[in-house]
Amino acid sequence: MKLVLKKYINAPVEAASLAVFRILFGIMMFISIIRFWSYGWIDKLYIQPKYFFSYYGFEWAKPIGEYTYILFFICALAAICVAIGYKYTLAIITFFLSFTYIELMDKTTYLNHYYFISVLSFIMIFLPANVYFSIDAALNPKKAHQYIPAWTINCLKLLLGIVYFYAGLAKLNSDWLLRAMPLKIWLPSKFDIPFLGDLVSQEWMQYLFSWSGAAYDLAIPFLLLYRKTRPFAFVLVVIFHVLTRVLFPIGMFPYIMIIATLIFFDASLHHKIISFISKLFGIAKNRFNNQTVFNFNNGLLPKLKYAIVGVFFMLQLVVPFRYLLYPGELFWTEEGYRFSWRVMLMEKTGYAQFKIVNGETGNWFYVDNSDFLTAFQEKQMAFQPDFILEYAHFLKHHFEKDGHKKVAVYVDCQVSLNGRLSTIYIDPSIDLSKEKESFKPKNWISPFKDEIKGI
Amino acid sequence: MKKYIFGVVFIALIWACTSENEEVAVDPDTTVSFERAAMLSNWADNIIIPSYDAFAVEITALNTAYTSFKSDATITNLQNFRKSWLSAYKMWQRVSMFEIGPAESVGLRLNMNIYPTDTQKIDGLMTSGTYDLTLSSNRNVKGFPALDYFINGLGVDDDAIIAKFKDENKQARFGYIDAVLANMTTLTDNVVAAWKSSYRNVFVSNNGASATASVDRFVNDYIFYYEKFLRAGKMGIPLGVFTGTPIPKNVEAYYEGQISNELFLEGLDATQDFFNGKYFGVDQTGESLATYLDALNSVKNGEDLNKIINAQFNAARTAVSALGSFRSEIENNTPPSAMFLAYDEVQKIVPLLKVDMVSAMSISIDFVDADGD
Repeated sequence: MKLVLKKYINAPVEAASLAVFRILFGIMMFISIIRFWSYGWIDKLYIQPKYFFSYYGFEWAKPIGEYTYILFFICALAAICVAIGYKYTLAIITFFLSFTYIELMDKTTYLNHYYFISVLSFIMIFLPANVYFSIDAALNPKKAHQYIPAWTINCLKLLLGIVYFYAGLAKLNSDWLLRAMPLKIWLPSKFDIPFLGDLVSQEWMQYLFSWSGAAYDLAIPFLLLYRKTRPFAFVLVVIFHVLTRVLFPIGMFPYIMIIATLIFFDASLHHKIISFISKLFGIAKNRFNNQTVFNFNNGLLPKLKYAIVGVFFMLQLVVPFRYLLYPGELFWTEEGYRFSWRVMLMEKTGYAQFKIVNGETGNWFYVDNSDFLTAFQEKQMAFQPDFILEYAHFLKHHFEKDGHKKVAVYVDCQVSLNGRLSTIYIDPSIDLSKEKESFKPKNWISPFKDEIKGI
Repeated sequence: MKKYIFGVVFIALIWACTSENEEVAVDPDTTVSFERAAMLSNWADNIIIPSYDAFAVEITALNTAYTSFKSDATITNLQNFRKSWLSAYKMWQRVSMFEIGPAESVGLRLNMNIYPTDTQKIDGLMTSGTYDLTLSSNRNVKGFPALDYFINGLGVDDDAIIAKFKDENKQARFGYIDAVLANMTTLTDNVVAAWKSSYRNVFVSNNGASATASVDRFVNDYIFYYEKFLRAGKMGIPLGVFTGTPIPKNVEAYYEGQISNELFLEGLDATQDFFNGKYFGVDQTGESLATYLDALNSVKNGEDLNKIINAQFNAARTAVSALGSFRSEIENNTPPSAMFLAYDEVQKIVPLLKVDMVSAMSISIDFVDADGD
């Protein structure tokens, strides 16, 4: 046991690996923000909408008008500082806070990928990623070290392993494996991609993609860990993510994952990458090879660090299983669906028509959702109960301000899940304005009429 | 080994990057079970262009009937003019949904059929004698609704209306109708010409599966038409389902008063025929949303989505057919319960199209250019 502890926690390993991770992460984040900005998405997603959906408990996090651009600017600047390793701790904390704030501003844009970035940047706050090949280390040779404790690299491997493995576990359900859903819906519409266009509408291909996707997610952490299978595993990583990039609109994420998995390789590769960068910019790499080992000092703060990292990973392991505490089908109610690495599992579409009833006169009318929501928001709202509830409360507030009295809000909501005929989603007799958001089960969601077996 | 790995990585990345411009030409003769290209040419050649042609003929006939009326303002000529107007208005219901390409760029629907029409503004413009009907601010004083006002709304009966065309303002009145008809004719001719000259091929050859491909775009337009113009515009808004108070003045063809449901039913037939790929004016069908659903094998709950959607179209038709004119339903019943029930049947088609059909086809509605998971 002690030996294991020594090998995976405290044993000194090359700091170059973490330095490469830091540099590539910073660059990818910078590119992602520039890309987001250049597509005009800041304006479209955070400035134009009149209303923003909040995460429970984070209702205070809202876009700040035109200043939202400054927030993105700060985030991009922090990403650059992370990449070059300048004032690293401040930079990564700033990045984590600004990026996470951006994601909290509107729940509509939730993606597992964004959550992954938040989580990753959070853990990086505690890692000595700037002790090697960084401006910090160059400016202050006392802070420069060639070796770091093994856990600082292993925790990144663990995080990536959790993301993949949990994504694989989530695919072990009857829709994915036995009905090839939702790929059976998504793939045929990709008939115009090169090479694969002819094949994607074949049923066997849809099953092959489903099964191999699940197998990939479950196996890849182990194939990457084991030295002999590692090169093969990396080829798989590239093929898998490139395929997803070609087939689905998932932006930068495939590239980020490809680059992140480089952490599994031996330090020799990372040294080569650093040598390459050194040559490119004429930086003397050797000065960082000072043979010293980075050492977390003793004292309260470092111990707190270990505690935070420990609790963090406990939560990462447990949180995805919180859905077990809720009754009903997870895919249907989505209670405990987010923050669990459930990626691309559902083709879910909804339609929600809200009815406003004046409690005094009994007069009623329907809401035109486009008066308040963007097309994107309406689409996301129509099949997620927490959105529906939040929007219903907003409508009550809005129409009472308009002079309607004792407003009750009902919804006629139809949802289709993984190719099933749309059925009623929310109990139409429930006045949603009387229901409160909480972590308790939402008993006003109509029961799912089918069954999905599995995890 | 390493070289091999990086070779694969490199090729794969190049592939990923190049496919970003989703404009890769695809040989249409692939093994794909359903041909979007065939559906597009059926839409263009057998439905859209023939419908526009028929509409252009109706507009010509409307002009002819008007010319006779203008030269001799008799009750018979008024009635003929009115008949041509109704016939053209019904044909309009068959082309209104095609708001893509040429029609979209001129905003045909908003220029032809904004109602209620602003009669005070019409009277004002008419007496002033100076107006430019091509201005977007003047969309609510022209098209079919403005004609409705002139031929049905100027007096309580035909004699009273005829009298208006013989009074001291008759020159101004005829002048205004001249301008309305000229505007409708130009717009129609331009759209028909553009479809025939170049847009047909643009439309049919854009047969991919991206948000900008013809099928994805047109399915969005089609559903938008059904939801906003057919369901809400013709029934929901006058019924007051979005405001709580019925607004009979917002009924289509308000001054005529009797035909609003007839116009609605024509539009409903047109959307159902389009769904089924029925040729215009010929009893034959081609590749369509219905056959696409069949090809995708969307069997749900043991029933096929194509049948479910058609059944709901039929249920909506039955319910609306049983109603009197919308204006009388709204004005004579408080609340207009029968029309509300019919509206519910019309409404039920929306989730079937907007949720079930598009999710089966993997077409995104109101496509949002943002990343997915």
